[in-house]
Amino acid sequence: MQIAPPDFDRMFGALADHTRRDIVRRAIDSEEGVAELASHYPMSFAAVQKHIAILERAGLVTKHRIGRRKVVRTNVDGLRVARRLLDQYEEMWRGRIDRMTQLVNEYTREEDR
Amino acid sequence: MTVTAVRKDPHTLSLTLDAEFDASPERVWQLWSDPRQLERWWGPPTYPATFTKHDLRPGGRVEYHMTGPDGDQPRAYWEVQNVDPPHSLVVRDGFADDDGSPNTEMPTNELRVTIEEVGAGRTRMSIVSTFPSTEAMEQVLAMGMEEGLTEAVGQIDAILAEDG
Repeated sequence: MQIAPPDFDRMFGALADHTRRDIVRRAIDSEEGVAELASHYPMSFAAVQKHIAILERAGLVTKHRIGRRKVVRTNVDGLRVARRLLDQYEEMWRGRIDRMTQLVNEYTREEDR
Repeated sequence: MTVTAVRKDPHTLSLTLDAEFDASPERVWQLWSDPRQLERWWGPPTYPATFTKHDLRPGGRVEYHMTGPDGDQPRAYWEVQNVDPPHSLVVRDGFADDDGSPNTEMPTNELRVTIEEVGAGRTRMSIVSTFPSTEAMEQVLAMGMEEGLTEAVGQIDAILAEDG
């Protein structure tokens, strides 16, 4: 079943890594550049730069110029995709809980007889 | 309302859901420990689950398949990590090949279930489901939720179109 356009696949791949998810989280409200972001992780500047490049290609972060600085910012719309998937998953569990409740009530009635 | 709290964290890709039942922890535990009861709620009526193996012990395996409207029967399994009846269960839910062996190319999702009495014959069940990637979430949703998924993908397409 082919359901994902190419950009979508890229977004999934980008979010599959723990460090990249953490960068996305930090870059929501921090105004940090690549070097500042890199200081939070026990890896080389180049490695963090690479992670950011992957996130940028996936459309999850963008670089903005503020005066002489360049800061990395999370593209919140990109995150909304993950959010929608969680919404769908919640719906699935709500359906399951409804059926569980029905089942529990059914058995309780049988015991009452 | 049965579902009392829902927490979604898009960063850690996890969903926490609390529900309360008018029943004892033992009764709620049966929903998981009895395969015949399990298959009455795991899948929706349009995509019912059939449990063919149910060894609920640490290191044990639970095997099941779903049956879709078109007769398709995707197979899946749980790898049991931890069991403490009637209070907690931790499993890794994954997809299986046609012969029932774990499909290692497909992602798994971790499911933590906690069951505790909250007084007056009521029991709270808490479910924490954690995914390694959004792709994993999508694949789990695809099984048994095709209509919902199509809708979700439609919404995602709309978001991507807006961004473009």
